[in-house]
Amino acid sequence: MEGIITRVAGPLVVARGLKETKIFDMVKVGHLKLMGEVIEIRGENYSIQVYEETEGIGPGQPVYPSGEPLSVELGPGLIGAIFDGVQRPLDVIEARMGAYIVRGVEYPSLPRDKKWHFQPTAKKGDRVVPGDVLGVVRESPLVVQRIMVPLGIEGELTYIEEKEATLEEVIARINGRGVSQYAPTEITMLQRWPVRQARPPRQKLPPEDPLVTGQRILDTLFPVVKGGTACVPGPFGSGKTVIQQQLAKWADADIIIYVGCGERGNEMADVLLSFPELKDPKSGRPLMERTVLVANTSNMPVAAREASIFTGITIAEYYRDMGYHVALMADSTSRWAEAMREISGRLEEMPGEEGFPPYLGSRLATFYERSGSILCLGSQGRKGTLSVIGSVSPPGGDLSEPVTQATLRVVKVFWSLDDRLASQRHFPAVNWLTSYSLYQPAVDAYAGKRIAPGWKENRKETHRILQREAELEELVRLVGVEALSPEDRLIMEVARMIREDFLHQNAFHEVDTYTPLEKQYLLLEVILKFYTQAQEALKRGVELARIIDLPVREEIAKLRYIPLTQKEVFQRVIDKISEQL
Amino acid sequence: MGLLRGFAPRNDISGRVFRLPLKEYLTVKDVFGVKDIFGPLMLVEAVEGVTYGELTEVRLPTGDIRRGRVLEISDSTVLVQVFEGTLGIGTDNVRVRFLGKGQEIPVSRDMLGRVFDGEGRVADGGPPIIPEKRLNINGSPINPCARDYPNEFIQTGISTIDGLNTLVRGQKLPIFSGAGLPHARLAAQIARQARLIAAGEEKVGGGATALSGFAVVFAAMGITFEEADYFISEFRKTGAMERAVLFINLAEDPPIERLAVPRMALTAAEYLAFELDMHVLVILTDMTNYSEALREVSAARREVPGRRGYPGYLYTDLATIYERAGRLKGKKGSITQIPILTMPEDDKTHPVPDLTGYITEGQLILSRTLHNRGISPPVDILPSLSRLKDKGIGKGKTREDHADISNQLYAAYARGNSAKELAVILGEGALSPTDRLYVEFSERFDREFVQQGETENRSVEETLNIGWRLLGLLPRKELKRIRPEYLEKYYKPGTRG
Ligand SMILES: Nc1ncnc2c1ncn2[C@@H]1O[C@H](COP(=O)(O)OP(=O)(O)O)[C@@H](O)[C@H]1O
Ligand SMILES: [Mg+2]
Repeated sequence: MEGIITRVAGPLVVARGLKETKIFDMVKVGHLKLMGEVIEIRGENYSIQVYEETEGIGPGQPVYPSGEPLSVELGPGLIGAIFDGVQRPLDVIEARMGAYIVRGVEYPSLPRDKKWHFQPTAKKGDRVVPGDVLGVVRESPLVVQRIMVPLGIEGELTYIEEKEATLEEVIARINGRGVSQYAPTEITMLQRWPVRQARPPRQKLPPEDPLVTGQRILDTLFPVVKGGTACVPGPFGSGKTVIQQQLAKWADADIIIYVGCGERGNEMADVLLSFPELKDPKSGRPLMERTVLVANTSNMPVAAREASIFTGITIAEYYRDMGYHVALMADSTSRWAEAMREISGRLEEMPGEEGFPPYLGSRLATFYERSGSILCLGSQGRKGTLSVIGSVSPPGGDLSEPVTQATLRVVKVFWSLDDRLASQRHFPAVNWLTSYSLYQPAVDAYAGKRIAPGWKENRKETHRILQREAELEELVRLVGVEALSPEDRLIMEVARMIREDFLHQNAFHEVDTYTPLEKQYLLLEVILKFYTQAQEALKRGVELARIIDLPVREEIAKLRYIPLTQKEVFQRVIDKISEQL
Repeated sequence: MGLLRGFAPRNDISGRVFRLPLKEYLTVKDVFGVKDIFGPLMLVEAVEGVTYGELTEVRLPTGDIRRGRVLEISDSTVLVQVFEGTLGIGTDNVRVRFLGKGQEIPVSRDMLGRVFDGEGRVADGGPPIIPEKRLNINGSPINPCARDYPNEFIQTGISTIDGLNTLVRGQKLPIFSGAGLPHARLAAQIARQARLIAAGEEKVGGGATALSGFAVVFAAMGITFEEADYFISEFRKTGAMERAVLFINLAEDPPIERLAVPRMALTAAEYLAFELDMHVLVILTDMTNYSEALREVSAARREVPGRRGYPGYLYTDLATIYERAGRLKGKKGSITQIPILTMPEDDKTHPVPDLTGYITEGQLILSRTLHNRGISPPVDILPSLSRLKDKGIGKGKTREDHADISNQLYAAYARGNSAKELAVILGEGALSPTDRLYVEFSERFDREFVQQGETENRSVEETLNIGWRLLGLLPRKELKRIRPEYLEKYYKPGTRG
């Protein structure tokens, strides 16, 4: 039944007379038919958050129900696309409507006219259950989309055919339990899923393998695993977005979902313009061929920003269910929380801390809880992972604020970005003393087996030296550097090498931007070799000044720019250390 | 979207645009029925057909007309925000007229060279503008797909900007200042000296290459008469006035008007940039005054306050202003924004600078310490940043070594400054010999790199060469941020003294 608007307050519209409409149903608001979602029902009054600017909407205008919750379209065509927070295709809108986003426009999220080559992997007569793969479509040179039996449908395949088909053409029929009891269910390549509901796995599994990012401080000191969660809090300019983009570029995931949530338009333009040029280190193919972008920038409507996170994670789950390693970056979850706060304020809900709604913590938790390593739905035993990395933008860089604190309660990795490091242009500005990763044991075990048995020892030694440096710095502040013993001054010198020649990493240098695990190990190994030999030399009575001035140190500093293909260089430097000491 | 199904046949693949029926939109409605007045707001009895965001006229018994905007609306009442303030308004005999449209501004090429007040009315005594178009001042969000990435180097002639916090065309780069600091002089110097240096052209100082036509749109919000006058006479003196458009709301003008000023300015800028193909430099000053006006309205509405009383939506609100900078694919023009704001108590974690920094593409921060030491312009490079620098510099744009030397100068200056702090506590003697070199570096950096005259217009080459000269103070093995080949080519040790 059509409703009537009774109140408009910014992105919040209240309407009456929407009888059959359910909570979280989509509606169309006003003469402009703006997209909205019912977020509260109180008696006659339906509160609607509107995903577009509401200027020109007023009491007396109609509201049209849709009878459906906010859902995303899932199917071939997602890869390489860019959507707004409610999955409108921004590239299509730009092509048709020009540079500015016009209100009330409606295009299908996925192209309806494009034909895809559907290649069955199941055959007629097979018994299939939800999650079983029926066939595949090559969506991009990097990604094969697996078309799965939708939830709620199972039975016998009575028809399946290899063909060139559009999203809405029938590619298979299943006889059994399904939408209708009387006729076989027709399956197309297009499915829908309500974004606020997690897609179910068959089983959750403990995550184990590292998500290799090629960022030295992350992989070596504070690793994240495939299926894990991490957060990157830091004040403005501390490097959150660069870290997220580095992960989107280099993380060894099959699929990347990048959600630009309430941040800059130019950052999305940057991704859009650079990803088609950048090459995936494994396959040599453009990175865009494994990427889906969700962009609801800061100047776009705030309610759609609230939805963007859910849109992104639902698309991510869909690929996870195919058995892929998916990584989702959300930049920034604080803007998402603020969108919630704004809507909550308009609803006149009782505010919690700093005006955020009391359910802030539980919302954040439901989002991060959709990550994980899983056994996929269906009978075929695929495994998939979904890793989630969220940026947090604490006001004034103050980590005691509600969003940071609520996030820290759920995520397992904390990359704490430091204003002081950023202002010295020490990037990534991850503070090595306060950051942590609860996945360290898992990654130590993995790297110990696959990379080098000494991995864990080196990592621990590195942590120890950095910790010791911090203590010594305190001391220096009181008594000056000359008062330290030569051993302690050596530690400070080595810590400086670790910081400058290992932890510091330039995202804009062609070689330095990505370091494989093996090279990470070698770099540390060289520095720590230098340390042990220097310690011995000190004991033999060699002067510290001479050790510090050794020419080999300049060569150690350059190693980070040497690609792993020239492994012999690393050995040569190790030999020189022994020679010169 | 899932909901498509409810509205369209499933095979509908064409895009459809819904437009509001014109007759609904363009009707004027009148009401006598002011109920409450509080702060800059009025609660008015509802009339049929009024919509959110609509422009209103409040007609007083005296004949006075004030303008306002619908902030919230229900079927019984309308909340109106009055731009010129509610002083002198009663509930009797006041007629509120709803104009059936949002706030608009007339635009035309003839705006160049003209001054407008905070309401967008001609304020220089000249003839009215004959509009080419009337545009809604709120604009529409730019589709991120339509953006072209800003990557063309703008030479400002100022070393701390060109060398370390490079400005590019289409960037939004604010100046964070403090009360009494010379932000106006810096902004004027940028507006005066800014020019684009196309690759291949000779990069010599003093503006050997032609200014590639920056028009200036200047929006003043609650600044003093003197400051506004400084800008205007600057523009007159340098001949910039004839390609400038000014919107002026002074400290004594109605505060609520300030909410519209930057939006009018940007609407004019968009017209000049994207319809008339101009490169536009927009100066917005002072965004702290703007934010205070927003806070006033929020407080009057009794909204749950965020930090320091500012509303929770300050971020989003500021973003709808700052994000209107940029370049668009297929368009020749561009909008470069230099917002200026004063940090209360020089505190960059105050909500206005903080949220600004989260939206803009970097920030130039002025330092009181440097100012007091007589360094000018007192740009504190350490917390300053240009996020778009990396795309605007390097071979073919400025010089191959630019990125490396900039990183190295930062690292060295930071180390020099912390060594200096240590020396203050423990004396020079407590420093290692290398740290003593760093101290000298950082002192000379302030005097030779940061310090420059108000009319001194350095080419980027000069700037980089000063950088190399200073790095010569440090031993070569300290310069780890610079690629060996550039060290080979540019490093000359030991120019001490
Ligand atoms: N790993 C890095 N290498 C080089 N520069 C970096 C790196 N990380 C950050 N930066 C610099 O810092 C600036 C700000 O980083 P950004 O990620 O945009 O910060 P945030 O998102 O926290 O505000 C970037 O524009 C870049 O100049
Ligand atoms: Mg960022």
